[in-house]
Amino acid sequence: MITSSRDIMLLPTPFHSRVEAMCDMNDWGNWMGYTTPNAYFDVELEYFAIRSTTGVFDLSPMNKYRITGPDAEAYLNRMVTRNVSKLGINRVGYAVWCNDAGQVMDDGTIFRLGEQDFRLCSYQRADDWLAWCTLGFDVTITNESEDLAGLAVQGPTSCTILTLLGCTGLDQLKPFGIAHFTFEGAPMMVSRTGFTGDLGYEVWVAPAQAEALWDQLFEHGREYLIKPIGSYALDMARIEAGFIQAHVDFVPAEEVVRNGRTRSPFELGLEWLVDFSKPLFNGRSALLAEKAKGSRYRFAMLDIEGNKPAEHSFIMKGDKVVGTVTSAAWCPTVKSNIAYAQLEMPHGAVGDELVAEIYYQRELHWTRMLAPCRVIDGPLFNPKRRRQTPAPPF
Amino acid sequence: MTDYDAIIIGAGHNGLICGSYLAKAGQRVLILDARDQAGGCASTREVAPGFRMSDCAQWLYQLDDAIVRDLGLEAAGLKVGARKRTVALQADGDHLSIDGDFLRGAGIGTKDQAAFQAFRKQMDVFGKLMLKLYRGRAPKLVDANWPDRLTLMKLGLGLKLMGKTNMQDLMRIVLINIYDVMNENFDHEGLKAALALDAITGTNMGPRSPNTVYTYLHRALGNQLQSKGVVQVMGGMGALGDALQKVAETHGATVRLGSTVQAIVKEGDRVCGVTLSDGTTLRAKAVISSADPTTTFRDLLGYQRLETGTARRAAQYRTRSGTAKLHLALSDLPAFSGLDTAALSQRLVIAPTMDAIESAFNPMKYAECGPKQVFDISIPSIEDSSLAPSGQHVLTALVHYLPYAPKGGWEAHRQAVLDNLIEQLEAYAPGIKGQIVASELLVPPDFEAAYGMTGGNWHHGELSIDQALMMRPFPGSTQYKTTIDGLFLCGAGAHPGGSLMGLPGRNAAKEMIKQGAFA
Repeated sequence: MITSSRDIMLLPTPFHSRVEAMCDMNDWGNWMGYTTPNAYFDVELEYFAIRSTTGVFDLSPMNKYRITGPDAEAYLNRMVTRNVSKLGINRVGYAVWCNDAGQVMDDGTIFRLGEQDFRLCSYQRADDWLAWCTLGFDVTITNESEDLAGLAVQGPTSCTILTLLGCTGLDQLKPFGIAHFTFEGAPMMVSRTGFTGDLGYEVWVAPAQAEALWDQLFEHGREYLIKPIGSYALDMARIEAGFIQAHVDFVPAEEVVRNGRTRSPFELGLEWLVDFSKPLFNGRSALLAEKAKGSRYRFAMLDIEGNKPAEHSFIMKGDKVVGTVTSAAWCPTVKSNIAYAQLEMPHGAVGDELVAEIYYQRELHWTRMLAPCRVIDGPLFNPKRRRQTPAPPF
Repeated sequence: MTDYDAIIIGAGHNGLICGSYLAKAGQRVLILDARDQAGGCASTREVAPGFRMSDCAQWLYQLDDAIVRDLGLEAAGLKVGARKRTVALQADGDHLSIDGDFLRGAGIGTKDQAAFQAFRKQMDVFGKLMLKLYRGRAPKLVDANWPDRLTLMKLGLGLKLMGKTNMQDLMRIVLINIYDVMNENFDHEGLKAALALDAITGTNMGPRSPNTVYTYLHRALGNQLQSKGVVQVMGGMGALGDALQKVAETHGATVRLGSTVQAIVKEGDRVCGVTLSDGTTLRAKAVISSADPTTTFRDLLGYQRLETGTARRAAQYRTRSGTAKLHLALSDLPAFSGLDTAALSQRLVIAPTMDAIESAFNPMKYAECGPKQVFDISIPSIEDSSLAPSGQHVLTALVHYLPYAPKGGWEAHRQAVLDNLIEQLEAYAPGIKGQIVASELLVPPDFEAAYGMTGGNWHHGELSIDQALMMRPFPGSTQYKTTIDGLFLCGAGAHPGGSLMGLPGRNAAKEMIKQGAFA
């Protein structure tokens, strides 16, 4: 728990003193009620730290819930669309969960810590939904959000740095695996997960160890060009890597006011997460019906000509608007202009040729550009080191 | 291969009516009930040797004429008594008699008489429209299909045809409370209280609770039916259950009593049958539950087998009730001050003022047994001597309000409350205490245990606007379907709700046939 001399509205994270000290830009944002840096020193250089050396991102504001009890697995299986029974102990799974109408409420990661012991990491606060889901199940839900501090340590040199920090044998950890270490005499959990599509880890400690973790990480990482990264750089990396984000690429279903503005997993390109072999999960009957009837939208990744990010662009087929862009970025490593779009069916099949209507201005001069684009089959950035075990040394 | 087209859980009046209509339409129907007697709350029980009483519901005022006619209930032995007046007992023995739209006694003035006739006339206008709405499925507002839009258009037209004043009045009062509406219309305290009692019977509301105009209209619907008021069933209410069982069987349905449904069986995404407590599994194309929604979703399906949204709505469904029942076996006809035998056979009401009703309601909110209750009394043995040994009588009374779970549990309170109720009756019927051969108090958990109604609520869930019409029992499970394929609702927890009306059962059957549920 962080205390402050006065009542402030945005909370500091357990790393705040260190983050503040390194935040040369003094450019702050509000991430789910926490003060977080948009950029530390230079967005592009921060981005290149992720891709070339190691970037450190404070992800403490993520919501963390511990789910324990005899029905924990059954509970999660009813809640999320994927099959949690297939998730082994010390493994992590990406998951989405839907309301009864089969519309996505949020996405997150499930950490299986034991047979009857899980941690759910979500973008949204989920206390009320998790509580409603307990009806009929013997489970205990604990909000651990303030009991755990987390850092994403992402990039080619990340394994080396963490090994120097004391994570012996970390190179043997497979993607989506969990390993447990001791740091300053207290437990430290490391998972090979992240939001950058690169080799990378997430490190979890109690808030009491947070500052020491930051200090030692930067000390061991100095020679490996470790850098802190803000949310702008992370956003570039996640778009390049093909990750969607709540509130950006979809609106959490229970927050939507207007009819029809929610999206199903199919409409977000997440059908691979929906396991109909499970007899029951929230949204199952609605999703079965959608599967039979067809979806309204298709999530598409677009490779757009030129270098002007297609932010908020209309996507056209001929002179008809068939969709809009939700996320867009010029991705430096793959040297491509990438955008995610929600397209009306039947548009958006891989290979579809469309046009993005891009507006940009230079010195108050607005230009409208019609940039041809093509629907691509998955992210262009997909390095081998992301999947390699043992993780390549540096 | 299925054993039946439809398995109906519960042989209460709605289950039997639903089964009869389905069997009549050629479906193979099995109706299951845990009790040894068909009829559910339409039941007669021998409370003491030779003394038989309507165990749960004591008055019939809403059974739809169309059902009586369609199913031939009279030929099957249903016999009802003469229409009852309501006699509102006053402390001074000068009682108020309400007979149709005519008032007498208790110093009622011409102003109240005229106001009552105007009130009744307006309630008739509202009641006619409501009956139309009650005789079919309630239209969905969002996602309405063409039949629903047509119903809504007809409803709108019906509202329009009422005339501007009536329409404005209905819109104005339908969500408010009966206390204010009574005060707007009448001066006589006894009259206001006697009418307000109709609004709160079987509910968890007092006269000043919002929603009580809706519950009043629900009850006043009976005025649009042939009986035009309250009657007793000859042989006790169980005779209605017997007649319904008979018509169900005549139409070809199988009624199996003493069979407790333990669980609803779901295979894949579909409900396909039920498991009995003896382990037998029976299969059908459709399972239709006339059990209340809480029993259906929480106990027979289990929240863990539902999607969260449905489980949540089922868990939020409100089922409290403050209605209890007093049963007295009497050695002689009780002597109520100021009433002759003919008057004694009417519906007797002890509710001196609306404040008295509200004061009886207040302690119940805090799970306490209050010092004074209000009564709705029947002495059915005057009109039907078969109910008691010769020259002796039975008295049954609906009593408001007693809590579901008083502090310390019911066994700590039961005798004291029973004695207190008898003491309260004694004030109006001196000497009744000495005539008591046997007495019994049934409280909400007793109704729950005996009839499987969660909370002892005889509407199978509070009949309030948020749980009524297109939202009954809750969104997603309306129009007699549930969120689960193959599972339907036909009990009082479905539109249009509780009391011995039969429309949920009839509407459900008609809707299922129309939607091709057995194809």
